[in-house]
Amino acid sequence: MNLTTNYLGMCLKNPIVASSSPLSHSVDSIRRLEDAGASAVVMYSLFEEQIGFDSYYIDYHLTQGIESYAESISYFPDMQSYNVGPDEYLNLIRRAKEAVAIPIIGSLNGASVGGWTDYATLIEDAGADALELNIYYLPANVELTGFEVETLYVEILSAVRQAVTIPVAVKLSPFFSSIANMANRFANHGADGLVLFNRFYQPDFDLEKLEVVPRLVLSNSNELRLPLRWVAILYGQLTADLAITSGIHTSHDVIKGLMAGAKVTMMASELLHNGVRRIGQVLNEVVTWLKEHEYESVTQMIGAMSQKHCAEPAAFERANYMKMLDSYRPLN
Amino acid sequence: MKQRVTIDGNEAAAHVAYKTNEVIAIYPITPSSAMGESADAWSAANEKNIWGMRPLVREMQSEGGAAGVVHGSLQTGSLTTTFTASQGLLLMIPNMFKIAGELTSTVFHIAARTIATHGLSIFGDHSDVMAARSTGWAMLFANSVQEVMDFALISQASTLEARVPFLHVFDGFRTSHEVMKITKLSDEEITEMMDMELVRAHRARALTPDRPVVRGTAQNPDVFFQSRERANSFYLKTPAIVEKIMERFAALTGRHYKLFEFTGHPDAERVVVMMGSGCETAEETVESLIKRGEKVGLLKVRLYRPFSVSHFIDSLPASTKAIAVLDRTKEPGSTGEPLYQDVVTSLSETAPFKRDVRVIGGRYGLSSKEFTPAMVKAVFDELKKPEPKNHFSIGIHDDITFTSIPFDQSFSTEPDDQVRAVFWGLGADGTVSANKNSIKIIGEETPNYAQGYFVYDSKKSGAMTVSHLRFGPRPIKSTYLIQRANFIAVHQFSFFSQYDVLDTALEGATLLINSPYEESEVWDHLPSAVQKVIIEKRLKVYAIDANGVARNSQLGNRINTIMQTCFFALSGVLPREEAVTRIKEFIRKSYGKRGEPVVRQNFAAVDAALAHLREITVPEAVTGSIEFSSKIPVDAPDFVRSVTAEMIAGRGDQLPVSAFPEDGTYPVGTTRWEKRNIAQEVPVWEPDLCIECGKCVLVCPHSTIRAKVCSANDLHDAPAGFKSMPAKWREFADKSYTIQVAVEDCTGCRLCVEVCPAKDKSNVSRKALNMQPQLPLRDSERVNWDYFLKLPDLHRNGLIAFNSVKNVQLLQPLFEFSGACAGCGETPYIKLLTQLFGDRAIIANATGCSSIYGGNLPTTPYTTNVDGRGPAWSNSLFEDNAEFGLGMRLALDHQRAYAQDLVNQLRNHIGESLANSLLNTDQSSNEGINIQRELVAALKVKISSLDKVEMRDLLSVADSLVEKSVWIVGGDGWAYDIGYGGLDHVLASGQNVNILVLDTEVYSNTGGQASKATPLGAVAKFATGGKPTAKKDLGMAAIRYGDVYIAQVAMGANDTHTIKIFLEAEAHPGPSLIIAYSQCIAHGIDMSRGMHQQKLAVDSGHWPLYHYNPRLAEENKNPFQLDSSDPKIALQDYIYTEGRYRMLKQSEPAVARFLLEQAQKAVSRRWQQYKQLAEPKLCNPATKGTP
Repeated sequence: MNLTTNYLGMCLKNPIVASSSPLSHSVDSIRRLEDAGASAVVMYSLFEEQIGFDSYYIDYHLTQGIESYAESISYFPDMQSYNVGPDEYLNLIRRAKEAVAIPIIGSLNGASVGGWTDYATLIEDAGADALELNIYYLPANVELTGFEVETLYVEILSAVRQAVTIPVAVKLSPFFSSIANMANRFANHGADGLVLFNRFYQPDFDLEKLEVVPRLVLSNSNELRLPLRWVAILYGQLTADLAITSGIHTSHDVIKGLMAGAKVTMMASELLHNGVRRIGQVLNEVVTWLKEHEYESVTQMIGAMSQKHCAEPAAFERANYMKMLDSYRPLN
Repeated sequence: MKQRVTIDGNEAAAHVAYKTNEVIAIYPITPSSAMGESADAWSAANEKNIWGMRPLVREMQSEGGAAGVVHGSLQTGSLTTTFTASQGLLLMIPNMFKIAGELTSTVFHIAARTIATHGLSIFGDHSDVMAARSTGWAMLFANSVQEVMDFALISQASTLEARVPFLHVFDGFRTSHEVMKITKLSDEEITEMMDMELVRAHRARALTPDRPVVRGTAQNPDVFFQSRERANSFYLKTPAIVEKIMERFAALTGRHYKLFEFTGHPDAERVVVMMGSGCETAEETVESLIKRGEKVGLLKVRLYRPFSVSHFIDSLPASTKAIAVLDRTKEPGSTGEPLYQDVVTSLSETAPFKRDVRVIGGRYGLSSKEFTPAMVKAVFDELKKPEPKNHFSIGIHDDITFTSIPFDQSFSTEPDDQVRAVFWGLGADGTVSANKNSIKIIGEETPNYAQGYFVYDSKKSGAMTVSHLRFGPRPIKSTYLIQRANFIAVHQFSFFSQYDVLDTALEGATLLINSPYEESEVWDHLPSAVQKVIIEKRLKVYAIDANGVARNSQLGNRINTIMQTCFFALSGVLPREEAVTRIKEFIRKSYGKRGEPVVRQNFAAVDAALAHLREITVPEAVTGSIEFSSKIPVDAPDFVRSVTAEMIAGRGDQLPVSAFPEDGTYPVGTTRWEKRNIAQEVPVWEPDLCIECGKCVLVCPHSTIRAKVCSANDLHDAPAGFKSMPAKWREFADKSYTIQVAVEDCTGCRLCVEVCPAKDKSNVSRKALNMQPQLPLRDSERVNWDYFLKLPDLHRNGLIAFNSVKNVQLLQPLFEFSGACAGCGETPYIKLLTQLFGDRAIIANATGCSSIYGGNLPTTPYTTNVDGRGPAWSNSLFEDNAEFGLGMRLALDHQRAYAQDLVNQLRNHIGESLANSLLNTDQSSNEGINIQRELVAALKVKISSLDKVEMRDLLSVADSLVEKSVWIVGGDGWAYDIGYGGLDHVLASGQNVNILVLDTEVYSNTGGQASKATPLGAVAKFATGGKPTAKKDLGMAAIRYGDVYIAQVAMGANDTHTIKIFLEAEAHPGPSLIIAYSQCIAHGIDMSRGMHQQKLAVDSGHWPLYHYNPRLAEENKNPFQLDSSDPKIALQDYIYTEGRYRMLKQSEPAVARFLLEQAQKAVSRRWQQYKQLAEPKLCNPATKGTP
């Protein structure tokens, strides 16, 4: 069975990529992902804020209370060095590249133009095979228009695109007025791939303490349907490759994603929850399904059920919504 | 090529010590700690000594321990050193006798510091090294930072040849902390000076089983004496050896030194003899006086021991007619201070004509008292007199025994070709850090000579700093604070109305102001007195809103780089563009390791600074009406107004001897008079939300937020805006409850707001306490606070039990407004102690943070209640606190026994009923204490009129019939390390003492060195690579005794538990030990979240709450009770919220991971052990086994 797929110009041995997650925090863990069957690894994200935070954090504590009282002019030894920049991240990419044969995709997460290009170049120099831009901007300002937000996204992409030669994918959110248009703009501004969709970790409320608290909730298969729809709609309309990254848990999720038109499907929550060996299990099930359904290759099925190729294109648009509501029957 | 560096004396000494030694034993003590810190940091960075090896650096539990290690290492053949000062040196003395007796080559580097007498002082004089005179060590005194580096090497080279051990001495703070541009000794120069044959000879004398000898025998009267004299020849040869080494050093470096060095007029008739940093000032003065035609000279004593009479005499000009010997120490009852006696003896032992020289001796500069050219001139002037005063003092006004000689403060020798800049700043605004960089820039980037010296505050929160920077084309010898400044920077506008900041301004000087006001408004906001000085002295005034620039650059209140940039722009020491370039280079050098964002932030501030700097037009006449604000209210006691107030205003130097108590006894409760107004924001109470829980009052480190319950009648004349609400106590159903904040004393730490659980149901960001700007509230809240204080305090009449947070808040704290850091984790426990037991407490306080914020002048925080009762407090030493407290207990017990005996003897006079009551009242409750006090009062009335010896005796001890609560308080450095031996003995004593260990897990007061309480994996000084060993389990170490009440508490995790433990511990009739988790700046946390950190410590299992109550064993129950539940979070979820752990993660991730793993295992293992101990079926762990 030919499982290979071509994503961002890279020939991957199968369509399951390890999505950006804590599983890429160490070389050992990345090696385990490769051993489990992942065809590529998207590194955990280098956060623009984290670099700033670490730097300010060290500075704050090295200066807090110093030079005030004659006996305690300082409170900490000044260490030889601090990993406050992207060094640790870049080192990990370098070491991962030496340790595994599969492509390593760097991941940058930020929200402003400044600083991005520098880090993108560093990631390229460290040996990353490609770069995934995770642009996470929360437009809380009531004066800010959608167009301005979209322009910001495109500017970030353009700046990074000009700075590096490796393929660049954009991991985008579903919160655009016109996703198709945005996807097209990204593609036209140099995105080699689009990853649908970013999962935002929404804050939660602690009702006892009346506090807003961060809470991580892993995805489930139900979340697949939103990217599934949009990949199916976008397939064939863009120059960029498509990838699905939310809700991939089972072999059926992978197959659906590919059928919709994704070149690869990305897993994270499933691996965090049930272990990295799930990649191998899912792959085996995919192979079984392909065989049972007499497919010869993964390439053969990519986009097979996209809107372009679907027998009922309206199923992806409003008609589907209407049908679903109509079919719903309340319990007695 | 000579390398020029701009460093302080400690670093200069440490450089040579590190290069020339193989083993270094260290222990922190101010002002020498930095030498050990440097050695430890270099060792951690794998820096090599001249043999290409990394010296082994080991922190010990005390200076005594360090001296022991040094002795052992020396005896086993390694070149070994240590650094110390003051009491630390005293603790080394026993070993020093041995080391000298065994003729062992070593150098101890001493930042000479005052020995504690009537009070402790961290500052400099020679009383410590003078106390070591009899040990048989050579003493070489360095007078400047350059000499420190040079003499460190000369000492080392000399001791190897002489075999006499050396103290290399320099003045604490004045030299140890003075930053100077000097020439650094290279490895090659150091190697050249070290005779390797002598090094090998040192090794050859080592103890080894391959060539065994016995050393350290016990000797009898027949031979000890002769043996002692056997070493004489070594001492006789030492001066010549040092002289020879100095000559070799001069040939190598071009810097010439002599054992005794005369400088001055070749025909000098009047000569001052002295040693230490004061020599620099004296030399500067001599040069000035010679230019004025005076025949004066200075004889610097370099090698003080062995004192070479012949070298001394040969160094004196034959023209000498009168000598004044200046000692920086005091030996009460002597015939003169040590150097004076040596000089007198030398002259008397020499040829007759020398005996004709008149010699007087005097004291100067105790505890870093300023020593200025005016004082030197006064001494020379005194020598002119036909009958000069002997045994004088200089620099003070002694109006009791009239030892002092007057001096003309206007006399100055500060040269015209020198820039002298004084910077008034806050510790928190980074002024000193910036100035240290400025000195380095000037020293290393220009041909100028440069000097920096920094004066710090006696408070740890809201601390003021004054930086003194000198630079110019000629070497700087001014070892005194700037007296005539041509540049003054005032980094906090409020200083204008608090301090005489322009006192040192020269005519035409530049004044740089950080002003929150617009350019056109700056002048009008200056006090009229300041305006007057500006006009009279024709100052050029510039202003910048540095805080505004800092805010825009996201630098918070760190205005350092902004003000530094303005200084360079105005001083003109470098062209502006070059100055900016250099500043940025140093920013990168200083902050580069912390990451680009911090560097960019500071760069932005530098760039913005110049654009916002404005010259202020000075009118021709005073226009303002703002007056200086007095910090002391007029209703303060006389002593506070006449003495304390002067100290607060920075005029303590002018107070005469008669102003002070003769024995170091000071009135309590003086912090209340010093309204510091240091908080930008203060908590404001919202009664509509308050649930009266009392948590805010409990956690407040400075006792500035308080609660009272009072009647409606009490509030009838409350000021407008005074808030109250119905009291939510069953017992106080008809009363009102009020919370009041002392906004002028608050530090703005926010702990109270963070712990406040009451939130507005419609707006959860609003709590029952919210921070608001202080300034608009200051006047109204001052009135409210004064009113609040007059409201009656709750009587301890048994109406409510003080065993809950809610009830304890109503008890008056007898510890208030200390100088502790904002958000201090220690002081809430001390405050609780004083609330519960303060009116009958005696506190023995180990040296450390708690003795500094507890007893540092000018104002002290322990205070009294309305009856005049409150904690009696004293600090003995660092190492002896447990014993000190036990002594108090024994004295009280004996006095009570004697009083009881007298009561029994005098029954007939006292009356049976009263006598029986006095002897039998149950004092286990507050009510019982009250009853006993009334009985004692009745007794006093009854016997005071009877003139009988026994009656007078009983009167003198009658108060001891009321039970006293003895508390032994200190930090982990004391309890776990230096004082542990004594602590253990006191725990074993069975005596009724209460021991409170304020465990910050680090030596906080000396700046964050590791103690045995430091947890595994935490970074601290002396544990730069993360502490590799587990925290000592002090509680479990004590549990074996069986009769000791032991508990571990963390107020932020369980405040009710903390109160319960304090009550039980105090009630326990034997020793009790409370180990209290105390957050600290040295943890690297947001201090406003201190209580949250305590909770995390407990939730992670790092800090289990427990108590061991021997009484339970008597009831056949398990005395060990685990009071916190199973760990709820992983250790990393606690520790990586703290900088002390996170720094290691960010600098050495692999090491951090390894240590985290070890630490988690240790925590889990200990938890299981505790759980086993707490099993209900298990009997007493004291007898059945310990973990």
